[in-house]
Amino acid sequence: MTTSTHFARKSALRRRLLGGMLLASLIGLPAMSASAQEIFIPNIVELSGAGAVSGTNWRDGIILAVEEINAKGGILGKKLNVPHLDTQSDASVARAQVQKVMDDKPYVILGPVFSGSVLVTMALAQQNEIPEFVGGEASAITQRGNKFVFRTAFGQQFSMPKIANYIRDGLKAQTVAVLWVNNDFGKGGRDNFVKEMASRNIKVVADISTESGQVDFAADVVKLKAANADAVFVYTNEEESARFLKEARKQSLKGSLIGETTLLSQKVIELAGDAANGVKGHVGLTSDAPIPALNAFGEKFKKRFNYANDHNGIKGYIAVYAIKHATEKLGKFDSKALADAMHGLTITPEQEPGILMNSTWDANGDIDRASFLGEVVGGKQKVVEVLPKLGK
Amino acid sequence: MSSFLQLLVSGLATGAIYALVAVGFSLLWQTSQTINFAQGEFVMIPAFFVLVAIKVLGLSFPIAALIGIAVAALVLGVLFKRVIVDPMLKHGVLPLVVSTIALSLFMREAVKDFYSSQAQPFPSLVADHDITIFGTVFSAQSLALLVVALVVVGALHGFLQHTRLGRMMQATAQNPTVARILGIEVERMILYTFLINSILCAIASILISPIYLAKFTNGETLGLAAFVAAIIGGFNQARGAMVGGVLLGILDNLCAAYVSAQYRAAVPLLLLVVIILFRPQGLMGRVEERTV
Repeated sequence: MTTSTHFARKSALRRRLLGGMLLASLIGLPAMSASAQEIFIPNIVELSGAGAVSGTNWRDGIILAVEEINAKGGILGKKLNVPHLDTQSDASVARAQVQKVMDDKPYVILGPVFSGSVLVTMALAQQNEIPEFVGGEASAITQRGNKFVFRTAFGQQFSMPKIANYIRDGLKAQTVAVLWVNNDFGKGGRDNFVKEMASRNIKVVADISTESGQVDFAADVVKLKAANADAVFVYTNEEESARFLKEARKQSLKGSLIGETTLLSQKVIELAGDAANGVKGHVGLTSDAPIPALNAFGEKFKKRFNYANDHNGIKGYIAVYAIKHATEKLGKFDSKALADAMHGLTITPEQEPGILMNSTWDANGDIDRASFLGEVVGGKQKVVEVLPKLGK
Repeated sequence: MSSFLQLLVSGLATGAIYALVAVGFSLLWQTSQTINFAQGEFVMIPAFFVLVAIKVLGLSFPIAALIGIAVAALVLGVLFKRVIVDPMLKHGVLPLVVSTIALSLFMREAVKDFYSSQAQPFPSLVADHDITIFGTVFSAQSLALLVVALVVVGALHGFLQHTRLGRMMQATAQNPTVARILGIEVERMILYTFLINSILCAIASILISPIYLAKFTNGETLGLAAFVAAIIGGFNQARGAMVGGVLLGILDNLCAAYVSAQYRAAVPLLLLVVIILFRPQGLMGRVEERTV
């Protein structure tokens, strides 16, 4: 090979490379990073696997909020760019997705919903000083001193005392059985629940662990029947809750079936059909609450997505509006300043209608707002009592 | 005692479903040396055929169920054989195994993308109510599931043992070369086996989906259970697969209640290991010897 040929080839190669780079820049690589006129807020959530029900609701609540905000010009004049990335309900995939989006310098991260995935992703968000608005309810999430994680739902340390009071005062139960899903969400809920029962002298006569994605609950229901408790507290994810309710109905399980938000959710009612009737419990968020803003949200959601939302839809929606309000209050896009501003912040529907209910985030990132006691009657969730904010 | 009986019936009901699927698994192997690793998805997908017939075509459940079975026979029976098995089998068992694994992934993802990633409610054959037998309360749904599955398995057994066509199919399974010499249309018998397998899978799908809910991941559990049941019972004997399925269902329920719910999934695999170590041909299988 002559020297001139060698240089000619190198030159041709360089031209191709430059051409390729130019083409890539022209195409714009729509990937994920935002342009100067957009603000990048990736949503990393369970769109398949065991958490698909929760994740899809969460995503659609976010889509609704983003569409509304962008239609009105965005936040501080910038449109929101919110890609939705699937964790496959797997904590390791969730972590990889968060790691990936960090390269594009997000303003905020939305999701995940599964507590196990939140627990492994929130450390990454903290390292990068990016606020993360999550749907997880495990108490451990806000007990690790992470100043960048913010809940959109009650932590179990707040919801379980409400359930426990209801079991003691409303049902006057002396004995309870608890059936829980063996993941971070279920284990955290079970531990808090058992602690609350002990402090109220209510005896836990059966403590049954089940698996995420479990399809057959026959043996579990037989064990519950043998325990003969006054009330059965069920703390599993949506699909498992529905399968359990169907099996409980099939085997005519006696005793009140009590849940915390999920068991009374719209998706569980839809999947379990008649078997959901009679279920009672605490509901953190519901479109059926006697609050016009929540009812209006439910109607908007149904019109947009052609199905009824559950609490996760509301959680996703308010997460985006909380970011909007806090950012506009700051007057700039500064991730660290946003995290600081969120601690101790109260947002009322008068200040920001999209927040739907008066909500406060404390120093740990926990949320406080009103909640509800509900019951499933005739295939519909019915709110029977509104419980005030804890800090009120 | 009452709890034990309830668990037993519940286990029998689940086991009968496993048996339906395992019998199909075993039949395919015997007649065409096909190991179908998409068998679980063959049970998952007919439920969605039925749901489409109900929701898109607006048909009643019984008609939709019949359409679901017919579509399953066409797609999972005829098309599966013609498009995947026939071309791949010429290259040996391993390429076919890989093809069925690919098919299972394709079916799972297709349902997720074109229908839903979420579980769907599925109509039940009978309304939920209790039936009391000798003082023990049983679920009508479990009993109905058990009865239908046993009738189907019994009918299949009768067909294979007591009809001319069934005996021709058995002859094909035992020795296709001799069957051909005897004038049996071996290719047609093999096609019938694929049709029977697809119909068994569709029936299992209709029976199990009201309990499991229709979801794209359902095949994972059922496929593994059928495979294990077929090996436990004897891969080369349809009646062995029936026994393996029922045994697995009962064992699963009793273990979950009396041993450990957490380790319930490990128990069938443990049994599988024991069977392979001490009776490799399965509980009812026959020893096959090959000259190398």
